[in-house]
Amino acid sequence: MSRSTIDLWVGIFVLMGCAAILFLALKVGNLSASSFAENYTVEANFSNIGGLKVRAPVKVAGVVVGRVSDIRYDNERFEAVVSLTLDSRYSFPRDTIGEILTSGLLGEQYVGLEPGGDERSLKAGDSLKITQSAVVLEKLIGQFLFNKAADAPQQ
Amino acid sequence: MIRKLGAMVIDGVWRLGFASRFLFLLLRYSGQSFLRLHLTLREIYFSGVLSLLIILVSGLFVGLVLGLQGYETLQRYGSSEALGVLVALSLTRELGPVVAGLLFASRAGSAVTAEIGLMKVTEQLKAMDMMAVNPIARVAAPRFWGGVISMPILAALFSAMGILGGWLIGVAFIGVDDGAFWSQMQAAVDIRYDILNGVIKSFVFGVAVSLIAVFEGYDCVPTAEGVSRAITRTVVSSALAILALDFVLTSFMFRG
Repeated sequence: MSRSTIDLWVGIFVLMGCAAILFLALKVGNLSASSFAENYTVEANFSNIGGLKVRAPVKVAGVVVGRVSDIRYDNERFEAVVSLTLDSRYSFPRDTIGEILTSGLLGEQYVGLEPGGDERSLKAGDSLKITQSAVVLEKLIGQFLFNKAADAPQQ
Repeated sequence: MIRKLGAMVIDGVWRLGFASRFLFLLLRYSGQSFLRLHLTLREIYFSGVLSLLIILVSGLFVGLVLGLQGYETLQRYGSSEALGVLVALSLTRELGPVVAGLLFASRAGSAVTAEIGLMKVTEQLKAMDMMAVNPIARVAAPRFWGGVISMPILAALFSAMGILGGWLIGVAFIGVDDGAFWSQMQAAVDIRYDILNGVIKSFVFGVAVSLIAVFEGYDCVPTAEGVSRAITRTVVSSALAILALDFVLTSFMFRG
């Protein structure tokens, strides 16, 4: 069987397809940031996670260092347990504070980490001691109205 | 009238059963047809390479339109930088596989049906059977696999071309910031969740369209009118199958 021009065209076609998929993978999606080769998982308890979703980013100083891998409800402590999968290139002190923040006014929610000063660092399976829950708009407005009502008679 | 309805239902179930058996035979004889790989290569050339032009051009135009319309809407909320996200997500998740599948069904699927139907009319299939050449292995399986292999490649090219089109209109013509366009896109598009699911979708559409095209050709009434009806049925039922499968796959894949 000899090679023919059709083979060449099919080869070009397949190559173009591979190039397109590679373009989608590297330029459109972010291959390096979405899959951490080596990682470890820590847990954090929040009394309210707001609208946090699985796969939301975990950021330290604005840099993505991991993803939320699981969210479940602890029926004994009546709190949400959020599993954070962190890139093992980074290690954080054990008294790191976890908080749920929102990017922009209408943006998605993410977990922000605030490193503390402990000399020992977080290991896989540890859980964050201090956490700050998501800000719920209704509670914020309620608090504002309450303060306003408390201030009103003094004026 | 009730009698007609009953006959239609029975005919439909009959054809469905035959199609399932046909798929089974196709898969069974695929091994034989892969021994003659050049047949499949030829079909990839006919249904894939020759569809390149229409796929690339329409991908570009879909991207251009998405860029224009998306910018128009996003700009009202002051977030025109999110244009890249809008274009990339809608193309990789939905428009790429679906529109490429529809184009592929009308460009390549109809041609396959016409070819096989005409072979049946001129009794070439029967002649092959007489010569102890299995027509499913010789004619149907290469066309089926040609379509199945071409479809994901075409859909990926469609998405890539569309994103370039969106970039062209958004960044080059309107003046959205280039860095924000790509970086927001990269932050929002996930390899497994968005791109891989798009590729899986296009693969499923490829199987559906190729099976329908090959089956309709094989099953057609061997007259001139029968062939034309089979071609019409290929295009109509491929389009319906793509849209219905897309709904099912989307509800499985993107549920969170």
